[in-house]
Amino acid sequence: MKKENAITRFIKEPPFHFVKRGEVTKKHAILVRVCAIAAALVLSALIIVILTGKNPFAVYGQFFIGNFGTPRRIWRLLQGMAILLGLALAVTPAFKMKFWNCGAEGQALMGGLVGAIMMYNLGASMPLPLFLILTFIVCALAGAVWAVIPAIFKAKWNTNETLFTLMLNYIAIRLVSFFVMWVSTDGSAVLPPMDSCAMPALFGQSYLFNILLVTILTAALYIYLKYSKHGYEISVVGESENTARYIGINVKSVIIRTMLVSGAICGIVGFLLVVSTDHTINANTVGGQGFTAIMVSWLAKFNPLYMILTSFLLIFLKNGASQISTAYRIDSSISDIVTAIILFFIIGCEFFIQFKIQFRHREKKGENK
Amino acid sequence: MEKEIALELRHITKTFGSVVANKDVDLTLYKGEILAILGENGSGKTTLMNMISGIYTPDDGQIFVNGEEAFINSPKDAFTYRIGMIHQHFKLVDVFSAAENIVLGVKDGTKFNMRDYTKRITEITEKYGFRIDLQKKIHEMSVSEKQTVEILKVLYRGADILILDEPTAVLTPQETSKLFDVLRKMREDGKSIIIITHKMHEVMSISDRVAIIRRGEHIATVETAKTDENALTEMMVGKKVSLNIHRSEPENPVDRLIVSGLSAKNSEGVPVLDNVSFTARSGEILGIAGIAGSGQRELLEAIAGLYRLDGGDITYNDPASGKAENLRDKTPIQIRDLGVRLSFVPEDRLGMGLVGNMDIIDNMMLRSYKSGKSAFLDRKPSRELSDRLVTGLEVVTPSITTPVRKLSGGNVQKILVGREISSSPTVLMAAYPVRGLDINSSYTIYNLLNKQKESGVAVIFVGEDLDVLVELCDRIIVINGGRDRGRQAHDKGRNRTADDEG
Amino acid sequence: MLTFITSAIRFGMSLLCGSTGETITEKSGHLNLGIPGVMCVGAASGCLATSKYMAAVGGLTGKSFPVIFFCILLSILACLIGGALMGLIYSFLTVSLGANQNVTGLALTTFGVGVSSMMVAKTRDFVLASRYFTASLPFARSLGWFGELFLSYGVLIYISIAIAIAASIILTRTRLGLQLRAVGESPATADAAGINVKAYRYGATCVGCSIAALGGFIYIMDNLEGNWEYTIDSIGWLAVALVIFTVWKPVIGIFGSIIFGALYICSPFISLSSFSNLTLNQMLAVKDLIKILPYVVTILVLVITSIRNKRENQAPAGLGVNYYREDR
Repeated sequence: MKKENAITRFIKEPPFHFVKRGEVTKKHAILVRVCAIAAALVLSALIIVILTGKNPFAVYGQFFIGNFGTPRRIWRLLQGMAILLGLALAVTPAFKMKFWNCGAEGQALMGGLVGAIMMYNLGASMPLPLFLILTFIVCALAGAVWAVIPAIFKAKWNTNETLFTLMLNYIAIRLVSFFVMWVSTDGSAVLPPMDSCAMPALFGQSYLFNILLVTILTAALYIYLKYSKHGYEISVVGESENTARYIGINVKSVIIRTMLVSGAICGIVGFLLVVSTDHTINANTVGGQGFTAIMVSWLAKFNPLYMILTSFLLIFLKNGASQISTAYRIDSSISDIVTAIILFFIIGCEFFIQFKIQFRHREKKGENK
Repeated sequence: MEKEIALELRHITKTFGSVVANKDVDLTLYKGEILAILGENGSGKTTLMNMISGIYTPDDGQIFVNGEEAFINSPKDAFTYRIGMIHQHFKLVDVFSAAENIVLGVKDGTKFNMRDYTKRITEITEKYGFRIDLQKKIHEMSVSEKQTVEILKVLYRGADILILDEPTAVLTPQETSKLFDVLRKMREDGKSIIIITHKMHEVMSISDRVAIIRRGEHIATVETAKTDENALTEMMVGKKVSLNIHRSEPENPVDRLIVSGLSAKNSEGVPVLDNVSFTARSGEILGIAGIAGSGQRELLEAIAGLYRLDGGDITYNDPASGKAENLRDKTPIQIRDLGVRLSFVPEDRLGMGLVGNMDIIDNMMLRSYKSGKSAFLDRKPSRELSDRLVTGLEVVTPSITTPVRKLSGGNVQKILVGREISSSPTVLMAAYPVRGLDINSSYTIYNLLNKQKESGVAVIFVGEDLDVLVELCDRIIVINGGRDRGRQAHDKGRNRTADDEG
Repeated sequence: MLTFITSAIRFGMSLLCGSTGETITEKSGHLNLGIPGVMCVGAASGCLATSKYMAAVGGLTGKSFPVIFFCILLSILACLIGGALMGLIYSFLTVSLGANQNVTGLALTTFGVGVSSMMVAKTRDFVLASRYFTASLPFARSLGWFGELFLSYGVLIYISIAIAIAASIILTRTRLGLQLRAVGESPATADAAGINVKAYRYGATCVGCSIAALGGFIYIMDNLEGNWEYTIDSIGWLAVALVIFTVWKPVIGIFGSIIFGALYICSPFISLSSFSNLTLNQMLAVKDLIKILPYVVTILVLVITSIRNKRENQAPAGLGVNYYREDR
């Protein structure tokens, strides 16, 4: 027995441990998040200052110049937000259902690819309005088809959807680069823009259509999730599949239906990127935003209205950082780094919203020491 | 005999959010004794044991092992103090073999060699007379085999203090008595054992002393030989229970639901229902007795259209049309579309009957959200229903927009039962509807069920407490190992006891 | 044909490291989607170390064996440390702070891609060191096809095979491996058995990231012979796919990676001259499309294993789920 006690004496009481908060007030949650963003900005600025040796306030100034400096930059900010927000909206119904759709990249790309195929093959053969409407529909369909494949397997055999959708992204990328190489005649693997059959600029603003459409989508999705029967079913399936079965929801069909919606929105964003913005396509057209969108949606707690804020935050940082990289001649990758740092801080701060530190306060009576 | 103290708890307190699970608990365990911890479901027994085994950390208080203050911050620390716990929900790795599970986490300084380990485990199995295939994978095992692995795990580590959390809940009487033999052998080896249970006769037969926990507080510890079941019950529930549930005579009962020869297998191909037959009549409460996990859940889910059957028929006699419908292999939706008003209060309230993160209004909507042709939800009726239920059943809640997971167990159950009754069912099934509820809430539920019965509903009540079943039900069937093992229609059955069971 | 096989092996080994690393991490229950970023950072740290060392000793040309050996050792070490640091970020967020694994992983990839290109933005001189990393035994070429097939590779290739074999032995034959798998399958069980779940998850993630980082370094130093390219992250996703393809078994990974490698690099070796009606571009496009196959095959494996639903071939049961002991 003596030996045992000698061993156990080494186990000491830790000074504190974390306890889950019973009630989380909104004020507290917002305070923690604001602190996290502030801390992240300080750290990012520090890194930039080390790299450039410039005054940090000048650095922050560049962030605003990069986003609001000229009308063109404001439009670019809004356009960036529209695309990112569109993709975030797309993944949200799936995420609310706890279906990890990591395939927004591929679904949007497939929408874009079909749009490009339409432009290069049918663009000249019908009146423009008819062509655009038709293209819009087939783009949405293409995205939906690409999304519903993993959904069917998930519903039927519980195939891991995270990995499935991830793989489909790369298949989509390969298909696009195949298309580009196949069509391009000069061997440059770059397709010339098809301005003749693209979405015309509204009131002379080429991004306006995208922005308006995504605004409508945001409102529509908010209503769909909160007030429609479908939205209610999505929440129930996401919260507890058992409850869903119990009240007679066909879980499989909800999964498939929701992924059709999710993919269709991605396909529409593909349309916006290819037919309405770039008028051409390449493997990098979506450019990894399908992944950023996951974070936009997650940070906003899957609420479409909050996503406006989170997508603004991410695009603001990205554009600001790219302004810094041109202004101070540092590598453009600074924008990725700053974005990632902010993300780390916001992701990490959730812990301090849910938990609080509790210090031990035990009575020390009866201790045999 | 001079008794040495093996384990002592002083002033242990633990809270989860706003719920106090344990409050200022003192407890003493002597060497070489079997201490039973007795308490109702939800009284905080498991939480208390989890603190001894390092799963939870106490908010306040001290633990002493062999007279020295112990800081048990993790299960690993618990092993250092030679404490081992057998959890109610087995903690085993499904894809590992029995032997791999047993040696998991043991660091004894020897070279890792499964063959040596197997030999050492075999010595233990032979000593206590366990019969088990050590190479078998856990996911291929039966419940009692899994429990054997759990016990071997603790023995293999040479624990001196063993904690068993409701070990008999899933065992047959034969398996239980075998387990008790093992426990007695361990006591002879000088080991100290804590066994959690709420079965009175088991307490009387196995324990040396009994500690009673009520609502998270330690009420008393008494020597088993110097007490009796009545005194223990009284301490457990707080006042002399005169179970006095009002039971009216059924009025012209009609066969409403005829279940015949139901058989089903679970996903691993093990039979869970084996030729179960019974009839539920209108205006009657039919009790289903038997140890938990004998197929009750599957039985009710099968009737509700949630569990696939291999054989049998479920016939429903429609009181409106007089037609007989076979409900077998119908989905819940199809059953509802037939006009069958079947309500079901499942065992797993927050995991199946309700959605914890949704508020009361949205939970009310679970059954009715589809009504109407609109693609959009109409929250108004369920808001009104929520208001009615909260006042009518005295549900304690900050508001009807509070997520139900924040409510206490009794209030959660009132909401669930209230919702199921609100659709004016013709058949009402309730699985363990008073489990974990305090006496007052329990009576609210009994009264609700009785009211349903009086208005002509065929009520099916699955319970574990035989006293309650006998008081409440008009007829009782016993289910065991997926088979119905006898029934009793007790017209004057109030003084029938539970001896027929098992 | 021989050249095809040897290049497939060389390419495959960078994938092998990535997938061995990710397998170890996933066995602990963490799906690290930051592996592509980790491989980028690994490559950059290794290359940067090479470059700094070369600057310190004044170039490697004509230097004695110990100097070169030390350069290789130091670069590999830097690469491992770079990977481990990335792993530390990931595990701090997911293990200690309980953050969502998918989101953290994706953010880590963004971070890694950014940091790596920042690290090597001002230097490309490590290309000169590549020939020391790819140098094979001097007598390999004289042994005919045998030497060509088995002995003609640089040191990094052999290291990656050794790591995969070691990982496999550790996972299946040792106490460490048993406990690691228990942590990934059922953290609550492992915890109750006295295994420090957090330590295992930290350890597995950091070691896994170090190994994956080496994969990125192999890709740059060996496959591309020191020519930096911004395509490491796409190799990273291929490595993630390989984990599924090999049903979480590093030894199968050795063959799987060679198959993936073969599929990925085979386009220049294929002749489409019989399809004379295609233009040159179209032929290139068709050949390039073959790179799709690894992903398609992976999906097939994913689907088949889920349909067969055999417990032993599934992802670890606790994959993607954080563990907090007091959850209830």
